[in-house]
Amino acid sequence: MSEELSSQSAASAWSRVWPLLLLTLLWQVVALQAHSRVLPTPVAVFEVLVNELMSGELLFHLGKTMARVTISFCLAMLLGVALGILMGRSRRWDRALDSLLILGLNIPALVTTILCFIWFGLSESAAILAVVLNKIPMVAINLREGARAVDGQLMEVAQVYRLGRSKRFFMVYLPQLYPYLFSSARNGLALIWKIVLVVELLGRSDGVGFQIGSFFHFFDITSILAYTLAFSAVIFLLEALLLRPLENRLNRWRL
Amino acid sequence: MNMLSITVRAKCYSNGSCAIENLSFSARPGEFVAIVGPSGAGKSTLLKIISGLDTNFDGQLDFVGQARVGFMFQEPRLMPWLTVAQNLALVDASATGSRLHQALERVGLGDCSQLFPRQLSGGMQRRVALLRAFLMEPQLLLMDEPFQSLDDPTAEQLRAQLLSLWQATKPTVLFVTHNLQEALSLADRVLFLSAGPARVVLDVPVDLPRPRCLDSSGVQQLSQQLLADYPDLLKGRLACPS
Repeated sequence: MSEELSSQSAASAWSRVWPLLLLTLLWQVVALQAHSRVLPTPVAVFEVLVNELMSGELLFHLGKTMARVTISFCLAMLLGVALGILMGRSRRWDRALDSLLILGLNIPALVTTILCFIWFGLSESAAILAVVLNKIPMVAINLREGARAVDGQLMEVAQVYRLGRSKRFFMVYLPQLYPYLFSSARNGLALIWKIVLVVELLGRSDGVGFQIGSFFHFFDITSILAYTLAFSAVIFLLEALLLRPLENRLNRWRL
Repeated sequence: MNMLSITVRAKCYSNGSCAIENLSFSARPGEFVAIVGPSGAGKSTLLKIISGLDTNFDGQLDFVGQARVGFMFQEPRLMPWLTVAQNLALVDASATGSRLHQALERVGLGDCSQLFPRQLSGGMQRRVALLRAFLMEPQLLLMDEPFQSLDDPTAEQLRAQLLSLWQATKPTVLFVTHNLQEALSLADRVLFLSAGPARVVLDVPVDLPRPRCLDSSGVQQLSQQLLADYPDLLKGRLACPS
């Protein structure tokens, strides 16, 4: 039984990995053919990656970026979820905030970022604020849908049996929002990475975004790709070790 | 002495239509009262008012003391993301370990505590819902056509389990149904409601020995007698409109 399971998970891991291997192979072939400075081979990129890892440079900047991503992710999720629930539950708040939400969704990240840096200075908190402001509207829109779809019949059960506030919220209300929370978290992580890099490029002197900016000045494509690779590895690890297992656990009842 | 007495002068909606008008009755402690009425007569609304889910009505509701209320709905309404054990512990935190196991054994679900509602049949889900309603030993138990849409043997089994749970703790039960035989087979007393807006048109004591099957001669006789006396009773009228 467990052998069967492990061979099954090995098979599913392989089916996830082979497209990546194929892409790398294709890259190697094209790079060898092109033989150009702007398209280094994967082998060359990997060498730089190892060097940067050994020197500690990469880990330092990746760590800075990760810290910014984590803080702004948590803040944006918390505030976005609260806002979404508020708007999903109350027609009045929904009407009052709807146009602000649409505005927030459509203002380019670049504009928010520059304005934050100009108004609040080139500081860490201005950087975080810029990222959070960019992300909140998307979380809120998603969670508003979820809050609108909450099953009133189950809430009646909670009311009739006089469940306490925290039980009512965590065991009856919130589980109904899990699918919406997960889709927000996935989209959120992807978007926040991208915005954090832009913010670092514009107004910070460390982090992956800052590094890529400097490599760009020196036309160092290999290093840019090496950093991109490192950062994709982190994303894959987060997905495989955190998001997917958590989602599977919370979705056990659907099987 | 009464466990519960209720008077609803009016329960109306903003569009002017009324679900209940001048309805009043009371129930003694431990009494099993069935409420029969045509569909759309405001029976569910009445239970919502009594349970406190609906407070927007003109009238008065008196309980003895702070009544603990259990409610079994038309659908089982279990939390799909909680196991059977977690669903029961949700309403009564003391329902764990051997106490929980004993309770589940009583309704024949001893092996099901770790299953999710989706893994149970409709009848089993209703047994969990029945158990949930009884778990914290309510003084008042409201039931809104809880065995509707079940096949006959399953419904019969659930009725038997309901009666055995009721006899163990003796809450006052208000059991809403549109099935006359079901009402007569379960209750000490049957209230017949008019078509909407609902009021009580007839109050019939049922003095038959238990257990009574749905098709036992006593239940059949009484139901034929009632329908012979009041042919339009199930439409909510005592006499044909002249």
